Amino acid sequence: MSDALLQVRDLSVWIGSGAGAIRPVDAVSFHIRRGETFALLGESGCGKSMTALALLRLLPQPAGEIIGGSVQLHGEELLALPETGMRSIRGGRIAMIFQEPMTSLNPVMTVGAQIAESLEQHKGLRGSQAQRRVIELLDDVGIPDAARRYGEYPHQLSGGMKQRVMIAIALAGDPELLIADEPTTALDVTIQAQVLDLIRRLQEKRGMAVLLITHDLGVVSEMADRIAVMYAGQLVEQAPRNVFFGHAQHPYSDRLFAALPDSSKRTQRLTVIPGTVPPLNQTFHGCRFADRCERAWDTCRSQVPDWFDTGVEQGVRCHLADATLTPAAAQGVAGADEPGPAVQAGGAGKETLLKVDDLKVHFPIHRGFFKRVVGQVRAVDGVSLSINEGQTLALVGESGCGKTTVGKGILQLLDTTAGSVRFDSVELTQLRGEALRSRRSDFQIIFQDPYSSMNPRMRIVDIIEEGMIAQRIGSSAQQRRQRAQELLRQVGLRPEHIHRYPHEFSGGQRQRICIARALAVEPKLIVCDEPTSALDVSVQAQILNLLRDLQRELGLSFLFITHDLSVVSYIADRVAVMYLGRIVEEGEVSEVLEDPAHPYTRALLSAVPQVNRDERREKIHLEGDLPSPSSPPQGCHFHPRCPQALPECALRYPPVTHPSATRMVRCHLVSDAAAERA
Amino acid sequence: MIQPVLLWTDALIFVLLVVVLVFAWVARGREHLRAPWREVVRSRIAVASLVVLGVYTVTGLLDSVHYRKALPTQDGQQETQYSGDVLSLLDTLLGPLRTQEEKTYSAPFATQLYAKETVSGPDGTQTRMFPRLKYGGAHLSDPASQKGADIARRSALALAEAVAVLLLLYGLLGLRLARKWRRSWRAAMGTIASGKAEVPWRTALLTLAVFVLLITLMINLSAAYHVLGTDKVGQDVLYQTIKSIRTGLVIGTLTTLVMLPFAVFLGMMAGYFRGWVDDVIQYLYTTLNSIPGVLLIAAAVLMMQVYMANHPELFETMAERADLRLLFLCLILGITSWTGLCRLLRGETLKLRELDYVQAADAFGVSKSSILLRHLLPNLMHLVMIAVVIDFSGLVLAEAVLSYVGVGVDPTTQSWGNMINRARLEMAREPMVWWSLLAAFSFMFVLVLAANLFSDAVRDAFDPRLRAQR
Repeated sequence: MSDALLQVRDLSVWIGSGAGAIRPVDAVSFHIRRGETFALLGESGCGKSMTALALLRLLPQPAGEIIGGSVQLHGEELLALPETGMRSIRGGRIAMIFQEPMTSLNPVMTVGAQIAESLEQHKGLRGSQAQRRVIELLDDVGIPDAARRYGEYPHQLSGGMKQRVMIAIALAGDPELLIADEPTTALDVTIQAQVLDLIRRLQEKRGMAVLLITHDLGVVSEMADRIAVMYAGQLVEQAPRNVFFGHAQHPYSDRLFAALPDSSKRTQRLTVIPGTVPPLNQTFHGCRFADRCERAWDTCRSQVPDWFDTGVEQGVRCHLADATLTPAAAQGVAGADEPGPAVQAGGAGKETLLKVDDLKVHFPIHRGFFKRVVGQVRAVDGVSLSINEGQTLALVGESGCGKTTVGKGILQLLDTTAGSVRFDSVELTQLRGEALRSRRSDFQIIFQDPYSSMNPRMRIVDIIEEGMIAQRIGSSAQQRRQRAQELLRQVGLRPEHIHRYPHEFSGGQRQRICIARALAVEPKLIVCDEPTSALDVSVQAQILNLLRDLQRELGLSFLFITHDLSVVSYIADRVAVMYLGRIVEEGEVSEVLEDPAHPYTRALLSAVPQVNRDERREKIHLEGDLPSPSSPPQGCHFHPRCPQALPECALRYPPVTHPSATRMVRCHLVSDAAAERA
Repeated sequence: MIQPVLLWTDALIFVLLVVVLVFAWVARGREHLRAPWREVVRSRIAVASLVVLGVYTVTGLLDSVHYRKALPTQDGQQETQYSGDVLSLLDTLLGPLRTQEEKTYSAPFATQLYAKETVSGPDGTQTRMFPRLKYGGAHLSDPASQKGADIARRSALALAEAVAVLLLLYGLLGLRLARKWRRSWRAAMGTIASGKAEVPWRTALLTLAVFVLLITLMINLSAAYHVLGTDKVGQDVLYQTIKSIRTGLVIGTLTTLVMLPFAVFLGMMAGYFRGWVDDVIQYLYTTLNSIPGVLLIAAAVLMMQVYMANHPELFETMAERADLRLLFLCLILGITSWTGLCRLLRGETLKLRELDYVQAADAFGVSKSSILLRHLLPNLMHLVMIAVVIDFSGLVLAEAVLSYVGVGVDPTTQSWGNMINRARLEMAREPMVWWSLLAAFSFMFVLVLAANLFSDAVRDAFDPRLRAQR
């Protein structure tokens, strides 16, 4: 291990002091070699970010404290350095990029000045010299027209661009190690692919090591050379990439893989990891994962497992790896969450429940003193779709393409500009006031963020009963209370919890309460607006299972709005791909995902990081970002980014083509092919 | 025989008291309301300020129970006639403090007037001298030699009384907490004394000790001396300052009561409905904000003064007239000061209305009024709470400034502002009369300081960002 760039031994961090102290990092040891990518993988709240901050000694003050261990960079002990010494390390030899590019840049400084600041600090460059170097750096991170961007402010850049600028700032000091803390979590898949590609390219060019912190197995698979899995403040497994993805040893890693949704698991329930990460303000007397582990036996609960080296740079913290112990018969016991009976897919041949025709939602742009309307943001610009009873339609697209607006427009939470929404053969856009209010029980919504979707000042019972009272469901308070308790049981929570407040629940539990709230008014259609994107993989699996169970029991229809194609392939019957306010491709899930016709769909699919690298398709890289819906490009909206654009794409928007009975595509490539055949 | 008198401000103060008590009772059952307050009473500074505010409030409340005494019935008179003087419970408690009036200025603890006067002796000779006071130190035959010892004796007595009262309070508190904690009385007393209880009872007791000592000192000394001197017409300054407490509290609290409906209602309407409602409300408060506040208040007060002067038949007693003027001052201050909170609430409502839970309520077909009441108002309450507590001290100071300018309360109403206003002339005298100003200043200072410290603690407890760090 003499070639190690960074050597971390028994690093421990406490937040707070005394008995209630939280111990987010507990004796973590690893090393990173020059030029390699080391991934730290784990659910939220496992101490990944704290580890990274501790390396740079940037823990939240005054509560956070490194209470033990050593961090050596080239044999130099960082924990012993004085604060002034750390300053040349931070940004100079170890640089860091954060998850949220929107808040990591100072909004009142030009991006050039922010990069130059770092250059001055670490390289002593000033004036025109610094400016030249900044432009080089901007070029390096793939920002087009770097000289012009030098003088721009962060708000003039898109999210992906800001993350590139952050990377440029990190590179300014020529670091030997780049710590990337969830660098792409806030970005869309196509932008994520661009940024990951950039990091990989820069790493090769500069021979820089990368510590990648992420919860996304796909990203890990694409990027990492070696992987460490973190759980509840400890490393539980460490292995080279191929070994890890071939055969993960720790039951936790194993379950993480099993919880990933994909099309091959369509017919079964997803494997879930029950429960959540334990609170870290306690002393553990057994394995921290024991309560959630289906292979746990008595020893796991009474004895803390040691670290076992199982190969070169490979090890696991689990009693199963201990040859001296023989696990009891627990192995292979079928838990309640084993893949359950086959779930029948699809609801073909049923009645149409919702039919949306040419829906448009435009937001006027007001300017000037008298607030004249100077333009329209065409958030939704002619969307047509239909959902049958008991069916799931997934609406897929990047952020800003208008998918949430479609959902809210259908629910009449926004004023629609034009088009029709027929629900059960009633035209919703024409309904007003009481007529609309009384129909609202038929269609409900589940939101993305489980933290903002419930009033923090209301008890669970009030939250669930609110809709029932508004819709006059249940004749007496007694009946409503009973129904609320029944609903909680139905979504897998205990009815006794009815008097608690939302903040007493975890994210996944809150999402269950939101589902119970929506079910309270007996809807036929639920719009699920990214219901799992704020949740960890293991919790996501629980929610997806629940939604499918409910669909089967109650015959619900879902409009599932998401950007996650693996979720789509698991849960949806049909899928519609949206780009800039319009649906560009629609069809059965199997058709669209296996044989995408529109170049945008193809690019989206190829940009999703794949867990199995061997099966990876050819990458299609999209350049640039989503254009603004206030001034969409002429012709096909996608043509400026399309790798296969034809001359006529710039002239007119492609017509609707039906390659098969169940399929719709809007692309000149497809319509031309169809015309030739005809 | 007495006749109770309910002045307008009395009624409103008691309404406010009931509202506060009801809120406290409701908050007891709601964890999200209770938790921040529990946080508040854990802070030592907050508890000390709370004790100070409590003492002031009790004084103010005692001063808000008014009545008129019956005049002695004369022969052939059927009905009882009542005195024109409206007294309060506090007046009765203070007893001699109110009635022992000297001729004019006298310094604190003085036995003689502050100015020389020509006194004609029994033999007809006229001498220029400092005459003895009618009440201050009147029991002493030779003030120069006896005063020091007399004061020391009375202070020692006061100290003994204070210690006795405190021990009693300490013991009672110990009993109460022993029952609550289910521990022995001795153990509870120990926990209080060590300062390790969850609520800093020791701090509360110590702060209370200061006040108990001050009160016993006042009782013992003021019977024989003018502790803070007398003013131009010979009235006791200590009495004036104590009576001013009610005026300060009335202005501080009733103004917020007037202001809150405007601020909360208009702010929520503007933020939630947007569009033309928002425009109208915004224009309203920007216009109001751009008029200099003092001018607007002066104009309104002067108009009201003229009206009152022209309609003397509306008021049975002087006190009622002065009280109405105080009430109108609160109204005017309230109407001119709601804009700041309104703007804050509008902004917060704009943010809240886009949150998912408001959208979810919309999706359930919940009516707009119940969205405003159930979803928005409870989530704005912390801002209202903070604004009310912070505004309080500002308003107490504002009263002083306005009375100084001459557009404040009625000149007959005892208030710190009026005292400071009069001190303008007193400070110009030679030798200077300093005690009025100092007395008003220190009473006001303690109240405003306590209110500010308390508001800091309240703000910290309600601030979700600070709460997350704990």
